[in-house]
Amino acid sequence: MDLLTIIINGLSIGGIYAMIALGYTMVYGIAKMLNFAHGDIIMVGAYTVVLLFTTSPTVGIISALVLCVLVGIIVEKAAYRPLRGASPLAVLITAIGVSKLLQSAAQIFIGSEPKGLTLNLGEIRLGSLHISVLTLLTILISVAVMAGLTLFVKYTKMGRAMVAVSEDRGAAQLMGINVNSVITVTFIIGSALAALAGVFLLFKSQSVDSTFGAMPGIKAFAAAVIGGIGSIPGAMVGGVVLGFIEAIFAATPLRDYVDAIEFAILIIVLLVKPTGILGKKRREKV
Amino acid sequence: MAKKIKAPKHVPHKRENIESEYVLETRNLGISFGGLKAVQDVNLKIKKNQVYGLIGPNGAGKTTVFNLLTGVYQPTTGSFYLNGEDLTGLSQEKINRKGFARTFQNIRLFNNMTVVRNVMVGLSNQPEYKCTLFESIFRLPRHFIAERKMRKRAKELLDIFGLLDERNNLACNLPYGKQRKLEIARALATNPKLLLLDEPAAGMNPNETEDLVNTIKYICENFDMTILLIEHDMKFVSGLCDQITVLNFGTVLAEGDTKEALNNPEVIKAYIGG
Repeated sequence: MDLLTIIINGLSIGGIYAMIALGYTMVYGIAKMLNFAHGDIIMVGAYTVVLLFTTSPTVGIISALVLCVLVGIIVEKAAYRPLRGASPLAVLITAIGVSKLLQSAAQIFIGSEPKGLTLNLGEIRLGSLHISVLTLLTILISVAVMAGLTLFVKYTKMGRAMVAVSEDRGAAQLMGINVNSVITVTFIIGSALAALAGVFLLFKSQSVDSTFGAMPGIKAFAAAVIGGIGSIPGAMVGGVVLGFIEAIFAATPLRDYVDAIEFAILIIVLLVKPTGILGKKRREKV
Repeated sequence: MAKKIKAPKHVPHKRENIESEYVLETRNLGISFGGLKAVQDVNLKIKKNQVYGLIGPNGAGKTTVFNLLTGVYQPTTGSFYLNGEDLTGLSQEKINRKGFARTFQNIRLFNNMTVVRNVMVGLSNQPEYKCTLFESIFRLPRHFIAERKMRKRAKELLDIFGLLDERNNLACNLPYGKQRKLEIARALATNPKLLLLDEPAAGMNPNETEDLVNTIKYICENFDMTILLIEHDMKFVSGLCDQITVLNFGTVLAEGDTKEALNNPEVIKAYIGG
């Protein structure tokens, strides 16, 4: 594989990880919790597409987005909101519970057999380079989504409210910001991004089962931590870094160990710079 | 293991508006944590455009009163009214929207946001900058109009506090005195009817304190503002406030005209010990 192919693959995998990592990092930054059910939202999105794809691909993708957002809102309202102010451990265990719940629900209602989907969007040839249209689309859409999100956070009232809540929830509340609605919007954005990631992952792997979201979810979480959890640019950087690592090692004889290498890098980053690449310095007042 | 002290069962307060000539009126306001009565029977009456002082030795419950008035704590007894409207039991953001804004004893700015954005967060809920999330996401004209108006207003506020040149710096990089001012500017941005200042002069040098006195006077006159402030600096208090309430161990020790209250033997005893 030549260098350009590796770069393109890295960007496309990285874009997907970045979109998922953004969900983790935003929820962590704003609601101060780790939403381990985030990966399973990906699975919900992928299943929706598979089940509706024969009707119409557009309908499938739009329904996936809508359904994921709804699941995100319901999970936040039903499971996490009652625990606001509870110990972080209780919230964490609840999130793991929600994750298992979604996986089991998928097994019960859809079945444990993997569902497949065949899709070929063709490829573009540039000289000796063959790039699949899907890879290109993944890169374009993830870049567009990330640019949009950056603008949203920087230049809108809701975006500023989000940053304010992540900086100091109490002070934000006393400035008249409705923290609950800010958190709901965060979950909506996170779930929509997870749905998109689910669609792309599905088109890539062409099959989905109930634990479909687990591995990309945990890897994107690693990406969020590598980039600096809580930081939006950090999640993007972390996602792309992880994508490149995956693409580079996939082109070497070490390709079977990609997952192990990625998590080893996570450990190294945590040892060298525990706050991640773009993580905030934590100042301790004495 | 020590038995966990249970907070008294919270009796939901039925809100009833009253006739009141005061901007802020509290009636028997109090809170207990377990068996500890942190604050009890506080009856404040603050007229429009007044600068009212709340003083008392450390641990007297001054900040607790602020926390009650801003909804951080729910009072276990009593109620409080803004121009006669009962606000007891409302959430923090609702109380803020009704017209109470505060600053904090330990400065709590949004540190990693720029100075101008800090103020813009405060402006978020004003009806004149209304634009829905939908309009923001799809960048409809109203989004840009609202953003422009907010930025303009934020700059005006910063100009009053002499912070205009700092507007693009991160809040955490401002010197201490300016951070205090920015906190007041951010609180004013929420367009309050009553401004609560928690030890605004703490840690300031005499020059900064004098500057602050002038700023507070300016706010009172030009924003038609009523101010309730907590302070330890007696010179500061007697220079600004015409009336004060002195708290000690959560109860009112003295109240009324500043001079009289400060010369009250009980107050002197509480401060000096004896």
